[in-house]
Amino acid sequence: MDFIQISVVLVVLLLLAIPTGRYLARAFSLENTRLDRAFGGVEKVIYKWSGIRIADMTWKQYATAVLVSNITMVAIAYLLLRLQGMLPGNPSGVAAMDPLLSFNTAVSFLTNTNLQHYSGESGLSYLSQMMVIIYLMFTTPATGIAVVMAFMRGLTGQRSIGNYYVDLVRAHTRVLLPLAVVVTLLLVAQGVPQTMEPTATATTLSGAEQQIARGPVASLVSIKHLGTNGGGFFGVNSAHPFENPTPLTNVLEILSMFLIPASLPFAFGFMTKSRKQGWIIFGAMSLMFLVFLGIAYGSEINGNPALERAGLSQAVGSMEGKEVRFGIAQSALFTAVTTAATTGTVNNMHDTLTPLGGLVPLGEMMLNCVFGGDGVGTVNILMYAILAVFIAGLMVGRTPEFLGRKIEGKEMKLIAIAILAHPLIILAPTAIALASEMGTAGISNPGFHGISQVLYEFTSSAANNGSGFEGLGDNTPFWNISTGLVMLFGRYVSIIAMLAVAGSLLAKTPVPETMGTLRTDNGVFLVILIATVVIVGALTFLPVLALGPVAEWLTIR
Amino acid sequence: MILKNLRLSVVLLLICGLIYPLAMTGVAQVVMPTQASGSLIADANGKVVGSELIGQTFTDPQYFWGRISSIDNNAAGSGSNNYAPSNPALTERVQKDIAAFLAANPGVAQADIPADLLTNSGSGLDPHISPKAAAIQVQRVAKARNLDPAKVQALVAENTEGRSMGVFGEPRVNVLKLNLALDQLK
Repeated sequence: MDFIQISVVLVVLLLLAIPTGRYLARAFSLENTRLDRAFGGVEKVIYKWSGIRIADMTWKQYATAVLVSNITMVAIAYLLLRLQGMLPGNPSGVAAMDPLLSFNTAVSFLTNTNLQHYSGESGLSYLSQMMVIIYLMFTTPATGIAVVMAFMRGLTGQRSIGNYYVDLVRAHTRVLLPLAVVVTLLLVAQGVPQTMEPTATATTLSGAEQQIARGPVASLVSIKHLGTNGGGFFGVNSAHPFENPTPLTNVLEILSMFLIPASLPFAFGFMTKSRKQGWIIFGAMSLMFLVFLGIAYGSEINGNPALERAGLSQAVGSMEGKEVRFGIAQSALFTAVTTAATTGTVNNMHDTLTPLGGLVPLGEMMLNCVFGGDGVGTVNILMYAILAVFIAGLMVGRTPEFLGRKIEGKEMKLIAIAILAHPLIILAPTAIALASEMGTAGISNPGFHGISQVLYEFTSSAANNGSGFEGLGDNTPFWNISTGLVMLFGRYVSIIAMLAVAGSLLAKTPVPETMGTLRTDNGVFLVILIATVVIVGALTFLPVLALGPVAEWLTIR
Repeated sequence: MILKNLRLSVVLLLICGLIYPLAMTGVAQVVMPTQASGSLIADANGKVVGSELIGQTFTDPQYFWGRISSIDNNAAGSGSNNYAPSNPALTERVQKDIAAFLAANPGVAQADIPADLLTNSGSGLDPHISPKAAAIQVQRVAKARNLDPAKVQALVAENTEGRSMGVFGEPRVNVLKLNLALDQLK
């Protein structure tokens, strides 16, 4: 039954992803389409209110617009968090957030990470949940979608890389808002609250008083997944029965967070006018994903050997930190998807995963291109595709070309910067944290697992994922500042480098395809692409994985 | 440029951060008021006794017990101790709970205790236990209430939910609903 329920979800996802990919390619087309008639009216109003003129941009203008708009958004978010105690929409009387935690939170939601060093129930007013969290949950995936569209326009040699503001607005009007409305209502039907009433008080059957936190939950949970955001309304995120009350909501949330990352390779296929190209990219990501999913499921269903020895039967698998309604299958699938799509929402506690089960989310975030977050994941895999073309081209003595454009020194330098930045901002801070009192003070589990906790926090920040080994005591100045910086570098270094690559490729004259061209739309290239990703990832991260999860596994198996 | 970005940010802020969640609240409250307010359950006098979706702590032998909750099912917050599988504190807690459970439920073999009953849920608020975890408590509950165990077992069966659409998730028993049904037997 476990195999069937996992397969059904993945097949439904594939059936949804292909038409969505076609839709995305059309929705962001530089040409006029019929969609303009449906959405153009609303969009024109937004352009008018904002004073935006629509004109093609150069990559530098595009990148500048990304940065300036993002700085504006983070400033608004920071101010609202600092002032939430005085603002309306605060029925439970939450106080202002302190400066460092506000910095971490604003940056976290700006970078699509959604790492949470606060707990939603007690740390945010309803107004902040809406005007900081929900707001950024729309704008940051919209930024990601805009960037990937610009990047793909560059790779496929279109008229220009487009206009950032148009892409940003279209991501809202044509993709995220309509989907969010539908998903919100489906969630409420299953029991996710959507109310402005304050915390409820109940008298339990045993006669005790029980406080029950609630709020406008559904409208946040829907965009949390659709936008691969991941920050929960409540502290325990989608493990909370109010965020994820039934197996059906679990499936809906999995599909929501995987839909856009899974459909973008198909959108790329439509844009290159070579569907096969899209399938090769999708295939490479899917194969890596299935291996990770298999390890996660196998490890969790085997249970915790330490508890078996303590006398608790592990016949149903490792249930510490998991919910009965999901069991092992829906938990393992959720874990594999949330770290593949770098959403970071969790329906079980990753800190309590078995050692090899915990290695899966770590590994997916380290590779950072097994689907990846809205937009940026596709940018990352395409970046690896260019690297693969370059390496393979040099090995067989062919000029490296990707989609009819020569890959030269300038592109490779930019790609090398982006690829090297990721391990650097994970491993260097991890080493500093493990060597210092400030870093080790937060560790809550003894032994090798403590290393995993620190490693996970920085990996999650760098991959803009946002899940955590939540035992870590992370609301301290050290963690708020260090992860804040890692999240910023993790997001913007690759975005700017890849926009530069897109601009550079767009400026080149296309070279005709000849016998000597290395084809990028066949099985051979799929293997080369996976090998490139895995070798780069393994060389960088295996040593530290051996110190954390692997060592822990050896101690309890 | 900065002014333009500020204007766009504010427009999007109003649409996404205010109009969208408030409109959703309005629609949800009109169309599905019970779910939208947290699926609260009231007794005959209209007093709220809990939420169908949120677990409660039961220690009395005449009630079915739910899963371990380090936060004592206080839904003002949520969470667990986040014990790593290798953490000795986890093993200790489980061993202590096994001993306590066996003492309160004579006749139950240790190997028959399913893992879900003595592990901490992720949320600390899990309202469910597995059907097996309910079955091994039937004798105790029946004895404490002077009921026929078959009658209690039937009530457990009535309150067992299957997999969603026959495929998704796991079969489960809602502990609060089961205990409410028990109280109504009298």
